[in-house]
Amino acid sequence: MMSTRSPYFTSLVTVALLLVLLGAGGWAYPGFLSEQVLFNLLIDNAFLLVIAVGMSFVIISGGIDLSVGSVLALTTMISAWLLQTWHWPPLLVIAISLALGAGFGAAMGALIHYFKLQPFIVTLAGMFLARGLCYLISINSITIDDPMFVAISQAQLPVLGGFISPGALIALLTLAAAIYVAHCTPFGRAIYAVGGNEQSALMMGLRVARTKVLIYAFSGFCAALAGVLFSFYMLSGYGLHAQGTELDAIAAVVIGGTLLSGGYGYVAGALSGVLVLGAIQTLIAFDGTLSSWWTKIVIGGLLFIFCVVQRLMAIGAAKK
Amino acid sequence: MTKLMQHPLFRPLAALAILLLIDLIMIPGFFHLEIKDGHLYGSLIDIANRAAPLVLAALGMTLVIATRGIDISVGATVAISGTVAAMLIGGTMVMENGAPVYVANTPMVWALCAAMGAALLCGAWNGLLVAGLGLQPIVATLILMVAGRGLAQLLTDGQIVTVYYQPFFFLGSGYLFGLPFSIFIVAAVFTVTALLMRKTALGLFIQSVGINPVAARLAGLKTAVLIFFVYVFCSACAGLAGLMISANIKSADANNAGLLLELDAILAVTLGGTSLAGGKFSLAGSVIGALIIQTLTYTIYSIGLPPEVNMVVKSVVVFLVCLSQSAEFKNMWRRVFPVRVKGNA
Repeated sequence: MMSTRSPYFTSLVTVALLLVLLGAGGWAYPGFLSEQVLFNLLIDNAFLLVIAVGMSFVIISGGIDLSVGSVLALTTMISAWLLQTWHWPPLLVIAISLALGAGFGAAMGALIHYFKLQPFIVTLAGMFLARGLCYLISINSITIDDPMFVAISQAQLPVLGGFISPGALIALLTLAAAIYVAHCTPFGRAIYAVGGNEQSALMMGLRVARTKVLIYAFSGFCAALAGVLFSFYMLSGYGLHAQGTELDAIAAVVIGGTLLSGGYGYVAGALSGVLVLGAIQTLIAFDGTLSSWWTKIVIGGLLFIFCVVQRLMAIGAAKK
Repeated sequence: MTKLMQHPLFRPLAALAILLLIDLIMIPGFFHLEIKDGHLYGSLIDIANRAAPLVLAALGMTLVIATRGIDISVGATVAISGTVAAMLIGGTMVMENGAPVYVANTPMVWALCAAMGAALLCGAWNGLLVAGLGLQPIVATLILMVAGRGLAQLLTDGQIVTVYYQPFFFLGSGYLFGLPFSIFIVAAVFTVTALLMRKTALGLFIQSVGINPVAARLAGLKTAVLIFFVYVFCSACAGLAGLMISANIKSADANNAGLLLELDAILAVTLGGTSLAGGKFSLAGSVIGALIIQTLTYTIYSIGLPPEVNMVVKSVVVFLVCLSQSAEFKNMWRRVFPVRVKGNA
């Protein structure tokens, strides 16, 4: 087994990397280290943080959820459609979207658990299904002009001389709730147990079926919540929203120090992972001469370094 | 009859047959073939031609999946090889004695070699990460999937590179003996791979790695070399598919070429009856799986359904195929419908 110090080590490496990135930015570009730039990191990546939190649960349980980006898009689409075409009250629309996301996730979780299907292929099909349903509603982007959505999208909550958006606040609250659930409740311990060894978890008398279905339901819920935040942010519903977000979320979780083999990691790592990705994007935006594809190349490089370091540490631990 | 139904290729073939039957009823003149200008034309030829890149990607993916792996960087490899080829060939039209003559920047052979070389490098990188470092295949190939497309965009500066060089187009839209040239490429790759798998022990080795990697290693197989080989092979197939795609659209689009191709390839392999859990694999099944996907797309377009339905139908097909492969589902089905067991095996 790993020594108790090593899990903190990977998480701390990410935090250190984040500080180095921010420091480099502050050194190279005047104005980079202003409070608002840092708050904007949170505001622009609020939806990604929420998705990454859900993804952490799935990955810690040893699974994977490729459908989150599409569920996000579907949520924006359904919200926009219900608001604009049917003029339903916004709170009801949000509640319905969240319930649909959780239901979608639960259905996939049930398929994965009860029929022993691979999470990869089931959520892949879920990804196609959700994306396809978006286009069935409309192939065009639907603009949202509901007063409540517009008000939330323009609201600024003053914090320490700067401001954050309500979306960022919701994302942070979600993260806090998820950390509590993962580390302080029986359900959280069951997730780690299932990810460590499903057979053993079953023999210990844990309710594996319920846990697994709930994990995917939670991930679906997070994706739908991210969809709501995204529609606050973009004020539109569109089937092409957030393409490839599932990969960003997986990358953020891995960079945050969670092992993809399951059973290992911290939900809080999602925050540092997302912020690292956000900081890279901001650096590239500040530089101005670098093109957007450098983001992909740098993220790929970071993923490589983190995977190799994790792997070498695991090999080192096994030899002890 | 039961023996026939238990053949591993029965279900994919039946699915393809049902699709073709729907086409026969819904689309007038679907099976009509005619010869125009010495080329064979018709819906069936069209489907086979358009499915060619997917078939190639699926063939490579089959071997990777047989070793319990997965390669999600196929689309990125397609973008890289297509971009390298298009940039090296480039090509300009020169007027010579009043007739347009196309000149390539680099001799086409070298350009194609360079493109395939780039694809092989991608494969070697994946193979090194999976076989050498022991990373999980999905993570290892995720790295190239994210960075690879970025690299291709870096090469082209995010622009679409147009090719003006007639011989290159032959790869994507040429005809040989009245049939599209791409069909011959696919047939050649399929035959070589099938012979390698059937006539040498390679197929057996790959299967044993997929069934139990530890046992295979203890039995004296060089599992690392085998796994390295399948990733290189998969990328080579993807590289060839990339050449075909860029020759077909006469340009290289680093942003969109091969986007989501890896998912279609995985889908084709699953439809063909190869389990994602590794082990037994069927190359012919994957070819049929790819044909099913292309026929499905063609059918949806021709019937007049909005193209967006395609994704929903595809996902429903995946769910059904996965369920039909699940032992738990079969047991449940037997409990609910005890009499009708035979009809729904």
